[in-house]
Amino acid sequence: MPEAAVVSQPNLLQRIPGVAIVLGALIVLFGAIAPGFLSAANLSNVLVQSTILTMLALPMTLIIMTEGLDLSMGAVLTLTSLCVAIVSLATKSMLLGLGAGVLVGAIFGAANGWLVAVLGIPPFVATLGTLGVAQGLSLIVSDGQSVVGIPHSVRDIYSATLLGVPVPIVLALASYAAFHGLLYHTRFGTYIFALGGNREALRYAGLSPSRLLIAVYALGGIMAGVAGLLMTARMNSGHPTAGLGLEFDAIAAVAVGGTSFERGNGWLLGTVLGVIAVGVLRNGLNLISLPSSVQVASVGLLVIAALFLDGLRSRS
Amino acid sequence: MTDITKDTASTAGSFVSRDTIQLFYRLLAALLICAALSLLSNSFLSVGNILNVLRQASLTFFIASGLTLVVLTAGLDLSVGANVALSACFAGTVIHQTGSPALGVLAGLVCGGIVGLLNGIMVTALRIPSFIATYGMLWVLNGLTYWYMAGDTIHGFPAGFRQIGSGYLLGLPIPVYLLLIFLAIGTLFAQRTIWGQEIYAIGANPVAARLSGIPVAKRLLLVYAVSGTMAGLASIIFLSRLNSAEADIGESLTLPAIAAVLIGGTSLFGGVGTVFGTFVGALILTLVLNGMNLLSVNANWQPLVTGIIVVLAVWLDMKARGRTQ
Repeated sequence: MPEAAVVSQPNLLQRIPGVAIVLGALIVLFGAIAPGFLSAANLSNVLVQSTILTMLALPMTLIIMTEGLDLSMGAVLTLTSLCVAIVSLATKSMLLGLGAGVLVGAIFGAANGWLVAVLGIPPFVATLGTLGVAQGLSLIVSDGQSVVGIPHSVRDIYSATLLGVPVPIVLALASYAAFHGLLYHTRFGTYIFALGGNREALRYAGLSPSRLLIAVYALGGIMAGVAGLLMTARMNSGHPTAGLGLEFDAIAAVAVGGTSFERGNGWLLGTVLGVIAVGVLRNGLNLISLPSSVQVASVGLLVIAALFLDGLRSRS
Repeated sequence: MTDITKDTASTAGSFVSRDTIQLFYRLLAALLICAALSLLSNSFLSVGNILNVLRQASLTFFIASGLTLVVLTAGLDLSVGANVALSACFAGTVIHQTGSPALGVLAGLVCGGIVGLLNGIMVTALRIPSFIATYGMLWVLNGLTYWYMAGDTIHGFPAGFRQIGSGYLLGLPIPVYLLLIFLAIGTLFAQRTIWGQEIYAIGANPVAARLSGIPVAKRLLLVYAVSGTMAGLASIIFLSRLNSAEADIGESLTLPAIAAVLIGGTSLFGGVGTVFGTFVGALILTLVLNGMNLLSVNANWQPLVTGIIVVLAVWLDMKARGRTQ
């Protein structure tokens, strides 16, 4: 490969984060062609709508860093959202609803981790299986119907503000801070880097990679539980297809954000920018009156393009 | 040349290969399910129900047979269900516009094949891992199909076309004949042609395959194109059986197809498995779902059971091969 030999210093592609270019380009594009895109109300709307995705994309980053994948996240979110709706409806308590959602999410996450780490089943098939299980359970507990009439205490979470900042954004920022601290400032975070980069080293250090992996996947389930509360609050109901396909937006955000699928490198801030890029893309296409089907297709293209660029950069 | 599999060494010296024994167990499992169902339900052993099972199994098999070749190369095609939906809607439109069923069949096959080829290009030229490339393709296809259909349904096709999916010949449904034909073609291709053997070799050890002069990229392109074309074929059968096309018909097809491949003993790590095994896998899965239907289990349970079967099938297969990590 003669070209690779000539380029010795890092090229432009490697020095500027790709996700910043993508996000900037999308904002300029929609600012120019979509009426009302740059208004404060719309931009704040984009951010609020990105909060649920942020909560999925943060743990998805950690999972992908371990060379794993969680295809069940959207289906598990659907199930936890239904749990929040059903339990809060029965007990009139928002906290019990959240507790139920987080518990169910944690069980699914730990099960994913167990299938991957202990049984050694490839992550995309293991989580495809649990996707089916979670989807089936969602249909069974809801009998295919929406769960309506949930208490105001749940609904208000999505619309309330704290010191003028919408509560969903506060929750998303808190999640980011927690994940940032966990990944970059704790031993557990260092182990996560090692899970993707050098699993043998963990074993030599006397640690159990299996337990760490289960913890990482369980974290994904727990976050799906918290996001389930936001989803139920946002829709003011539980719906058996509420989170369908959200795992794909999460994977898209992680891929666009520059986390590598093969080398155990992760960048949390990149993931957040990726989430916003996906949100801007969907919002902008919506403003220029393209149907949601086109949004779905364009997110698919965004992922393929991001992975292609990732491949190019790793080779150059 | 049929020995380019991972456990050549362990089976050397025995009369029957371990894969044959595994296949025998699977056939036995299918028979046990049949026996159990005939005890539990009076209507299971009726001619009508058996033909129904075979017809259902043939639909799963068409999608799963192409997928088998992909999995043999240690890849995965998650876009097959969405591909069926797009191909069916496209073929349906062509039949309505031109009035020619033959052109419609051609349109479905070509549409499926092109999607498969694009998957192959992403995997080979762009070097994107197959499960994530085809997962992206799934959403691109879903978006395209929903946009194209805009909530409409295409329905009402010529009687001749409807025969493909719902007609009978000598008492057997026509899809069952197609199943036998493609089972034979698939088995001959995989076991008795050089290309087929090269596909096994790529899955068993891609580096060794490349070093021994196998055109890996070309064979991978072929495998993904075949998988797409078989999804196109399945879309034709679906279209003519349902007599209508909607954007959402593919959503429940991918998981069962993957389940059939894995139950049939094809290894996710590549290089091991047969098209016949996939046929047995499709049969077992259809029997289970049919049994749930006969015992009036709510259809909402189907994704749950299919999901558990997928995980169970992979785990049992890995245990049988001693491949835990």
